[in-house]
Amino acid sequence: MLDVRGLRKVYEGAGRHVEAVRDLTFTVEAGELVCLVGPSGCGKTTLLKCVGGLLEPTGGEVYLAGRKVDGPPPGMAFVFQEYGRSLFPWMRVGQNVGLPLKRKGFDKGRRRALVADALASVGLADAAGAYPWQLSGGMQQRVAIARALAYEPEVLLMDEPFAAVDAQTRADLEDLVRRLWRERGITVLFVTHDIDEAVYLGERVVVLSASPTVVREQLKVDLPAERDQLSTRVAPRFAELRTHVYEQIQAAKRGAVTAGTDKPPPH
Amino acid sequence: MRGGNAALGAAGFAAFLLLAEAVPRLGLVGEEYFPPASRIADALGTELADGAFWTALGDTLTGWAAGLAIAVVAGIVIGVLLSVVPYLREATASTIEFLRPIPSVALIPLAVLLYGTELGSVLLLVVYASFWQVLIQVLYGVQDVDPVAEETARSYGLGTWARVRHVLWPTALPYVMTGVRLAAAVALILAITAELVIGAPGLGARIAVAQTSQAVPEMYALIVVAGVLGLLINVGARSVERRALAWHQSVRGEVAV
Repeated sequence: MLDVRGLRKVYEGAGRHVEAVRDLTFTVEAGELVCLVGPSGCGKTTLLKCVGGLLEPTGGEVYLAGRKVDGPPPGMAFVFQEYGRSLFPWMRVGQNVGLPLKRKGFDKGRRRALVADALASVGLADAAGAYPWQLSGGMQQRVAIARALAYEPEVLLMDEPFAAVDAQTRADLEDLVRRLWRERGITVLFVTHDIDEAVYLGERVVVLSASPTVVREQLKVDLPAERDQLSTRVAPRFAELRTHVYEQIQAAKRGAVTAGTDKPPPH
Repeated sequence: MRGGNAALGAAGFAAFLLLAEAVPRLGLVGEEYFPPASRIADALGTELADGAFWTALGDTLTGWAAGLAIAVVAGIVIGVLLSVVPYLREATASTIEFLRPIPSVALIPLAVLLYGTELGSVLLLVVYASFWQVLIQVLYGVQDVDPVAEETARSYGLGTWARVRHVLWPTALPYVMTGVRLAAAVALILAITAELVIGAPGLGARIAVAQTSQAVPEMYALIVVAGVLGLLINVGARSVERRALAWHQSVRGEVAV
């Protein structure tokens, strides 16, 4: 579904030459939920913006369903970390969610149905008439997720979406993403710096190195599909996986080089 | 608290009127140049009963409104164009910085040459003065676009025109409103100046006539009318601003989350 091949991004400034992403190759299968995790400042956001067609890569290609990405593709929706700035304060919640649908050429009835359905899925069925700034932070991010859902994307890109909300809200939103992913069968690429979050959410975790970024390891998360904030997080397998990812990230920070493996840690 | 402020304001204004009445009557200033407030009020009553006064008021408001409308539309269109077309902003920055400080009144000779005492003279001065107020605010407002909002719009495939309409314009609107409010005040000043100096028909020309014919209380009455006009324009502009920007932080105040 999503195919990233040899992606490279160099920022050229006044006499400065910063190689943010060196060489990234990975794929995301249709209907998969993949978490990208890496040390702080490893170019996760740069990578995601290249994948979403918001930034032009210096080298390499991104393919969405076999078609090369050169600009934001219609089958992709983006959820940003800064929900407060990503939602438009001059539009009500319903208008915010409905705006991207105008481009798709849907008539008014269809748009209204999609907006109502998306808001209901995130538990905000009666918030359509409110302004985003009248809602709490967690609710605002739900609105941003609803906007992405209404757009009916094939691939959902999420850039550290829960980094700015409190821990309780965060747990609720994680379960929301898992539920929506299972209900709707969307492909999700979820970027986070939170190791626990990556292991809890993902079917697969891609561990990135420090900048200049390469893929350090790809790890299959063999936890049951039905996950729960209480039981999953105390499961021995969860602890093993998170410890393994944690060690990888620590090693990445020190700059240790190990060959990338697809092998999960032994039971 | 609000009621208390209003009462204080009314009391202060009453005291000011009392002073304006008492000082000339006590002979502290020459009554021939500074008539007491009651005589100015009398003269104002006479003016209000005179049809020629209302014609003059209409002329002034026509020059003000037409000039302001032209300046606002031109300021917005040119401001957005300069910001949207690449390199245009940089290419025009120095020219704008050169033209902007030229006082509009310095163009009076040009206005007389071109239009004599016609409405065109008033419009030229009004448009020149208020255009810059709007343009500068639009240029600042457009720069204020949040990169995250812009990227959101791009990621959902909104084209240039849709981004101008749904992101750039609402972002710039608070600035535009400030520009329009400033321009409305400046436009009134320039309209009355043009009438006063050039003699184009309007309140300003009527003030000049009152002055040359030694009708001092009438002159003050007309000045009071000009002041009230300025006040009403400011109050009107603010209420429009409040309505258009109900969503904006400066208007909505703190909300419970």
